Amino acid sequence: MDILIASLLTIITAATPLVYASIGEMITEKSGVLNLGVEGMMLLGAVCGFATVHFTGSEALAIGAGMAAGAGLSFIFAILVLGFQSSQVATGLALTIFGIGLSALLGQELVGIAYDGLPKLAIPLLSEIPVLGPLLFNHDILVYGSIVLVVFVVWFLNHTRSGLILRAVGNSHDAAHAIGYPVLRIRFLAILFGGAMSGLAGAYLSLAYSPLWIENMSAGRGWIALALVVFATWRPWRVMIGAYLFGGITILQLHMQAQGVGVPSQVMSMLPYIATIVVLVLISRDRSKIKLNAPACIGKPFHPTS
Amino acid sequence: MTKSFPGVLANEKVNLTVQQGEVHALLGENGAGKSTLVKMIYGILRADSGEIRWQGNVVDIHSPAFARSLGIAMVFQHFSLFDSLTVFENIVLGMDVRDTSNLRDEIGEISTRYGLPLDPDRHVYTLSVGERQRIEIIRCLLQHPKLLVMDEPTSVLTPQEVEKLFETLQRLSSEGMSILYISHKLDEIKALCQRATILRGGKVVDCVDIESETASSLATKMMGEELAASSPKQPNTHGELRLEVNDLNLDAEDEFGIPLRHIQLQAKAGEILGIAGVAGNGQDELLSAISGESVSGDNASVVINGLESGKLGPNQRRMLGLASIPEERLGHGAVPGMTLESNGFLTAFRRLGLLSHGFIQSRASRDFAKTVIDRFDVKANGEQATASSLSGGNLQKFIVGREISQNPELLVVSQPTWGVDAGAAQTIHEALRDLATNGTAVVVISQDTDELMKISDRLGAICGGVVSPFYPTSSLGIEQVGLLMAGASIDASVSGDAHVV
Repeated sequence: MDILIASLLTIITAATPLVYASIGEMITEKSGVLNLGVEGMMLLGAVCGFATVHFTGSEALAIGAGMAAGAGLSFIFAILVLGFQSSQVATGLALTIFGIGLSALLGQELVGIAYDGLPKLAIPLLSEIPVLGPLLFNHDILVYGSIVLVVFVVWFLNHTRSGLILRAVGNSHDAAHAIGYPVLRIRFLAILFGGAMSGLAGAYLSLAYSPLWIENMSAGRGWIALALVVFATWRPWRVMIGAYLFGGITILQLHMQAQGVGVPSQVMSMLPYIATIVVLVLISRDRSKIKLNAPACIGKPFHPTS
Repeated sequence: MTKSFPGVLANEKVNLTVQQGEVHALLGENGAGKSTLVKMIYGILRADSGEIRWQGNVVDIHSPAFARSLGIAMVFQHFSLFDSLTVFENIVLGMDVRDTSNLRDEIGEISTRYGLPLDPDRHVYTLSVGERQRIEIIRCLLQHPKLLVMDEPTSVLTPQEVEKLFETLQRLSSEGMSILYISHKLDEIKALCQRATILRGGKVVDCVDIESETASSLATKMMGEELAASSPKQPNTHGELRLEVNDLNLDAEDEFGIPLRHIQLQAKAGEILGIAGVAGNGQDELLSAISGESVSGDNASVVINGLESGKLGPNQRRMLGLASIPEERLGHGAVPGMTLESNGFLTAFRRLGLLSHGFIQSRASRDFAKTVIDRFDVKANGEQATASSLSGGNLQKFIVGREISQNPELLVVSQPTWGVDAGAAQTIHEALRDLATNGTAVVVISQDTDELMKISDRLGAICGGVVSPFYPTSSLGIEQVGLLMAGASIDASVSGDAHVV
């Protein structure tokens, strides 16, 4: 029983960074901008978060530093893409490569340093329920935060005027401009939000998931976050399902490898990627739903003068 | 006011005055600079020089939001709508007020008062052009504007709807609202407007009282030359069967599409078959079922030139001699970001042999595009201009011209003259007539009943995905067409010699 609970707990910690990164990217994409730099922003967030907690000892500062690092990197992206009309795909790829290199440089002195990880916040009474208690009510603050984030984003997109404007800008920037909405400013904010969330996802990796810093520690999670957004057809709850599915199968295949199942380990390592994509494609194949949720203007540059 | 774009002077020292409570027409051909002028009034474009006075004061209209705060509202020719959002959300986005609690009631009130029925929870991409326009109009009326700018509002409406719209507009103007009405339909302007400013080539030609003008004197001023009287229709001797649709059934793509039911129609060489109907009754679905964009499960349901082709795709059907022109120009009828040359090549390459061993014959495709541009008087910056850079009417001329110039054996066209000016509409009508005279079967799907009465040999209507029987156009009156469009049967009222096909 304890082993089961322990592995379910690791699923939650494996899923949380994906929830942050892909929800952030989803908001960016809803505004009509494709930022392929998630992986780079995650790594920069990871190294800055870890460095901050190492030198100051403050977890709150570390979380803030991770978000600021991601947002800072996305700021460069926003200037290039919105200000100079550079290609979103090429700029995003460059951002990833830049983030990988910069984080490795900054983190040179930090490799191999140990850190205890974010403290768990046990919710009084509830966390003492057998089985469910430790499973649901004894996590670090960022796990709770990720759930709150999803609920907030669902509410924001569907029930607020700002959320409606965000979707409108991503659906047709020309129409939004004609009515008089500041398309570039809205996209700028959406990019910054996406960057901050990616940075936070990275910080979660180095502060909680495997509390240490090693080069390239995000190991492709930025790309999976990007894929989740698309395969979940830009719907927050499905993004979250996808993140947990991915986390779950990651942990499951690790356990199966440890048990010595007669399947090559490479095949097992592929499993979470394949299974997540297959499941999301299957649950999201309604064409009219895709039409409703996909931002039609994604990746298209906007010239306010024309 | 002066505004220039790279390559063109769109507006040159234009003056325009609109009085309170007046319906003022802005008249001009495509590319005359009407849209540019109103975009400056609405704050989308900034003038290079000149000034705007609003109620006597010089104002700098720097944004649409500021224009709205002054009391200027605009119904666009290209709608500013968001496809994946609902009608209600689209209306909310166009409003500056944040309190939306009473908005639903207000929408309901305005839509019943002015005869603009709309379901607020439908998604825009499921609506027809006519229904989309209603959203724009309601969105404007909700702001209680002092000046309402309408860019070609009636081009997508049925005669009854136009009448209703005119009642609405007259009521609004009697309540003191000024209306700037952009159109090239002269009889409408005669019926509705008090004064008109006429633009040609970016300059004001004249500003006249409508009372003292006739339709033809207005046309002369607008075009700079007399409009040749349209040639009377030659009755056609019908030739062999080119298109046969047998009991075609097609389910709707989503819950808001129109399912086609038991469609039965035949088009013969040498005739123009007209299909009337109010927007959103299955016209798009019918066109794509004939063009091959929607494939039917029953191969015998569509027969082109004697060959069962219900399961063939668009290119295979083109090889059989079919050409088709969809209603939506940008993105469906043409690739917006590509040049006219490429857009010409894309539908013509098979029939005209513009492809040789897999290579594009660039000179031949360039010549083809040039021919279309010359023959249909398309105002464009040469054949290398992108499709999206053309005004709506000019792009329509190019697309219609492109298909007609391929001399198809069967042409299916939806809304051939939507948004094009009187001169261009006549060119297109004549070209369609010529095509039929030379042995092409032409199917015209249109909401413009006048147009169908003028050019078609046989006429029917589509209503709720069901096509009525077809009658010789000469045996039908406009009221009977109206009945057909409403889905009613008119068998009893048509004179005995009408044969039902």
